[in-house]
Amino acid sequence: MSIELRQISKRFGDVLAVDDVSFTVAEGELVALLGPSGGGKTTVLRMIAGLEMPGGGDLLIRGQRVNDVPVQQRNIGFVFQGYALFRTMDVFSNIAFGLSIRKWSKSDIAARVEELVGIFGLEGLERRLPHQLSGGQRQRVAIARALASKPGVLLLDEPFAAVDAKIRQELREWLVRLHHELSVTTVFVTHDQEEAMEVANRIVIFSRGRLEQIGTPREVYEQPVNEFVARFIGVMNVLELKVQDGAARLGELSFPVHGAVDGQTLRIGFRPYAVKVSPLPREYPCRALLKHVFFLGVMLRIELETPDGLVIRARISKEDFARLNLVEDQPVSFYIREYRVLGGDGAFTGQSSAIVPPGFGEGI
Amino acid sequence: MAGTIRRKITPGDVRSQRGTEESVWVRWLLIGAGGVVASVFLILPLVNVFWQAFSKGGAAYLSAISHPDTWAAIKLTLLVAVVTVPLNSVFGVAAAWCIAKFEFPGKALLTTLIDLPFSVSPVVAGLMFVVLFGLQGYWGRWLQDHNLRVIFSATGITLATVFITFPFVARELIPVMKANGSDQEQAALTLGASGWQTFWRVTLPNIKWGLLYGVILCNARAMGEFGAVSVVSGHITGRTDTLPLRVDKLYNEYNGAAAFAVASLLALLALVTLGLKTALEWRTAALQDRAQAVGSDADKSEADNHPSNAT
Repeated sequence: MSIELRQISKRFGDVLAVDDVSFTVAEGELVALLGPSGGGKTTVLRMIAGLEMPGGGDLLIRGQRVNDVPVQQRNIGFVFQGYALFRTMDVFSNIAFGLSIRKWSKSDIAARVEELVGIFGLEGLERRLPHQLSGGQRQRVAIARALASKPGVLLLDEPFAAVDAKIRQELREWLVRLHHELSVTTVFVTHDQEEAMEVANRIVIFSRGRLEQIGTPREVYEQPVNEFVARFIGVMNVLELKVQDGAARLGELSFPVHGAVDGQTLRIGFRPYAVKVSPLPREYPCRALLKHVFFLGVMLRIELETPDGLVIRARISKEDFARLNLVEDQPVSFYIREYRVLGGDGAFTGQSSAIVPPGFGEGI
Repeated sequence: MAGTIRRKITPGDVRSQRGTEESVWVRWLLIGAGGVVASVFLILPLVNVFWQAFSKGGAAYLSAISHPDTWAAIKLTLLVAVVTVPLNSVFGVAAAWCIAKFEFPGKALLTTLIDLPFSVSPVVAGLMFVVLFGLQGYWGRWLQDHNLRVIFSATGITLATVFITFPFVARELIPVMKANGSDQEQAALTLGASGWQTFWRVTLPNIKWGLLYGVILCNARAMGEFGAVSVVSGHITGRTDTLPLRVDKLYNEYNGAAAFAVASLLALLALVTLGLKTALEWRTAALQDRAQAVGSDADKSEADNHPSNAT
């Protein structure tokens, strides 16, 4: 079921929680609403559900304006952050709740619950009360309950926040598979960019009530529309440098730019993966000291400090790290393959180029 | 005596003593003192009520209780309770719902108003009703013209009792409802339930033990209230005497055995109430223990969460 928001806004007292937000979710999509807490993403989700009324704008589900349609009639399934399972009811009654409200027959309810129990791997837990379940089981009951009456839209508020790291990973994969099988239009809220990147077809990024960007995980990572998105999705180095002779520079660092005036200050952004490092102090044009190494599993993050005191974060694979024989406090050289000039208002100018030192090819 | 503890103090007890504990002698002294006070002020009087009630034999006890005026008092007391308890249960649930689940202007005032009957002396509360509904009161004339009687009637007694027992249910439910939050209600709404369905199927089952507790306390007070009822009743024997008023009247008529016989009924009610209350508390504690046993696992995994959130 398609969802469309047209210039939706919402005010809580003096706070403009959602400010002129428009976007569309296509039938069968899996979309993440991503942003820091207080960004307005949960409010947007609750407005789609009908738990909050929009202050302005139009909300359409399958082309029908639903601003005034009460929550009961919107045909949505909602999974709450803390799951909000009915404390006094067992798993069966929790899942059956919406069906018995809709006056399904006893045998139909039993059949549907049995089907869901099978899909969600809850066999044998039907008579357990919510407090007798693990976090992951509770979440599956909550999703099963939300999907019981076959809603057109599934909405999840921070679905993975309340379970521990290992189960969270399993649940993400499981949600992707579930969405693949049921192909129900799904919108979920998260503050974890990694989670959004991994699970969603498309990501809607919010900050302070405003929509910053909407796009596929790849688009928002590779073509962030502004500095906020660039910094929020993954890690970004941002340097503030003065222009001299057609390039923003400091010491040995130099970023050629077009149409910049000498003496102007520019903000240069580049991803850690764009930094190439060599243990030979003369191999690449810029020299630095390797200050810190952080092990992240397959990848490592290293921090370089230039003679001018700039700190540059780089990413390097475990194999390269071992091959280059890098150690902390060692002098190294580096160059930056790819960078962007950040506009004064935080928006990208779109300019992107690479510094390839003369005489050197790609890679290390 | 009930407070006496028969246990030998062995050297092992002294060794097991921890730094934060009082010495054995101080402990026994304090426990003994507590036991003596409880016996003298609580248990002895209660036993005495039954002792006095039966002082002239079982036949006298039965005849005192089956006296028509006592029967009238029992019936009136039951009538008052039957009207008051449901009324205040409904009011208490509604008020607790408003206060626990919504933000609105005047919420603090409403919360204070609920406590008013606890802070006003019952006699003053009774007088308030006399001022309003008495013959010399504001609405007295109008009521008399329409042949309605509030003061010196079951109506006035019920009104006064409703006022006095106003807070019991609401006070019990507000913390329970606040702790539950409104997530489950919202979940019910998203599943298609109407407001009423949500209340009957989700809210009420969640608060039933707290509600029952409040109802028991409310009932005990409704049957036992003296001060406010005494002011508005007019003490018409056989017509406007409730059980506590009947006890008072018999006692003042130097009919001690009959007074205690009727009092024993109220004492019995108190014992039953206490028993129910204790049973409920045990049940609630057991439920909490179970919830905690499961909850501690969840806490552990929450703690595991944090480092991964930071990446």
